[in-house]
Amino acid sequence: MRQALLIFKREFKDYFISPIAYIVIAVFLLMTGWLFFSTFFIADQADLRRFFSLLPFLLALVVPIITMRLFSEELNVGSYEILLTMPVTFGDIIVGKFLAGVAFVGAILLPTISYAVFISFLGELDWGVVLGSYIGALLLGAAYVAVGLFASSLTRNQIIACIVGMVICAVLAIIDKMLFFFPQSILETVAYLSAAVHFENIAKGIIDTRDILYFLSMTFIGLYATHLVMQEKK
Amino acid sequence: MIHVDNLTKYYDDFCAVDQISLDVERGEIVGLLGPNGAGKTTTLRMLTGYFTPSAGDIRVKDVSVYDDPLAVKKVIGYLPESAPLYKGMLVYDYLSHLADIHGLSKSAKEKRLGELADMCSLRGIMHQTIETLSKGLKQRVGLAHAMMSDPEILVLDEPTSGLDPNQIVEIREIIRTIGKEKTVILSTHILSEAEATCDRIVIIHNGKIIADGSTQDIKANTSQADTIRIELMGAEADAVKEKLMAVSGVASVDIADSDEPETVRADVHCQSMGDPRIDLYETIKATDWVLTNFHRESKTLETIFRELTREN
Repeated sequence: MRQALLIFKREFKDYFISPIAYIVIAVFLLMTGWLFFSTFFIADQADLRRFFSLLPFLLALVVPIITMRLFSEELNVGSYEILLTMPVTFGDIIVGKFLAGVAFVGAILLPTISYAVFISFLGELDWGVVLGSYIGALLLGAAYVAVGLFASSLTRNQIIACIVGMVICAVLAIIDKMLFFFPQSILETVAYLSAAVHFENIAKGIIDTRDILYFLSMTFIGLYATHLVMQEKK
Repeated sequence: MIHVDNLTKYYDDFCAVDQISLDVERGEIVGLLGPNGAGKTTTLRMLTGYFTPSAGDIRVKDVSVYDDPLAVKKVIGYLPESAPLYKGMLVYDYLSHLADIHGLSKSAKEKRLGELADMCSLRGIMHQTIETLSKGLKQRVGLAHAMMSDPEILVLDEPTSGLDPNQIVEIREIIRTIGKEKTVILSTHILSEAEATCDRIVIIHNGKIIADGSTQDIKANTSQADTIRIELMGAEADAVKEKLMAVSGVASVDIADSDEPETVRADVHCQSMGDPRIDLYETIKATDWVLTNFHRESKTLETIFRELTREN
């Protein structure tokens, strides 16, 4: 576990060495700010519901950009060999990189707290709901990071890793709106796969174990798949 | 120290390493030698735990890589080919991160970083990012990387490839220094490299070991006989061939035009036993030819290597 934390520290620092981190943060804030506040005053409600409802799709586009380099870059440069011959286990590597990705999602969500602060001046804001929603957003981000990590472990090409990650995450984000494509019999199973539906519950302030379990299992599946890919590469 | 037993690695259907068995004693500097694609890197990668063998076993200090890969990784310091380090990091940050991974305490880390900085002459570049370093400097950081945990075994994959002659000498000296106390395994396809740094040479070709021993052993064990190059001025090619062939101990004579005018060049291949040099000289002295060159091509590792690795 100590090794995983060391890898986490290195990876997280590495984000801020390159300008990509700052660009991603800026673009994310610009997009959420614009999409959220362009309708905020029309709706005339002092809550963050519509901000959080943007997240499943927006994060599906942003998170793979964060995660694409985690493995692909190492595979491309060859430092993967160095990483694997250090006295660390696969688990340490995966957990370390995963935590770095999640922490970075946290870093891009952090400035949006200013939205909440700003709105609390305009009207009565329910901070409990906001807190629950942020926890939900982190869970959602974690699931996406796990998927993105898996995509990154597949290829040494960061662009491919990014696109594969985006496709999987975007499918999870919008599948609930495409249910009419599926036969009746599997409808419920498919609906259960939707990240947006589960997230919506949390964003409403309802903490349901089913939703939490969904995000945790998505995360686990992503990380386990990454482990399998690493095993395969040996 | 290291016991390799029938090690085999397949990439799909391609057999990269074919039943290699090898024992390395403590304190040896072993050079894995072979043409490109012979299986050197694959062998080293299995040894360091980057690849899993398809078959066979590797035991390091009597611990199998299957049983406890982490323990094996701890005793081995490894520098992959062309030192693929994290580019964006400062040299100091990188080495410090590595020391943490190896579990060095804060005071031990400072001490170790100081030692390595002296050993690999890194003092001046500690606060440069790795991507700005020249190849030779990067390689030195790589060596520091491999030696961080003060490992008993050092595995270096092509440590001098792509370096200029001065850098090669520097790296070689560092390896020699390390090799006094540690077991070193390095791979190279440059023969003079192996000859200069290694106590023992293992020649690999097509995934198999085809020779193993000290340079002297390998030279002694090959069948190739000496060749003597003679250049004669004012001589007729046919006459030269006839006269030289008559000398006892000569197996064959190849005649070629020399670069110099009016000169005949003869490559005299000797029989494996005996030394016909005195008789050759006497024969030439008896004629009115002018001897401009008389040179024995000694059995260099180059010729032995070519002989051993020639495709049939």
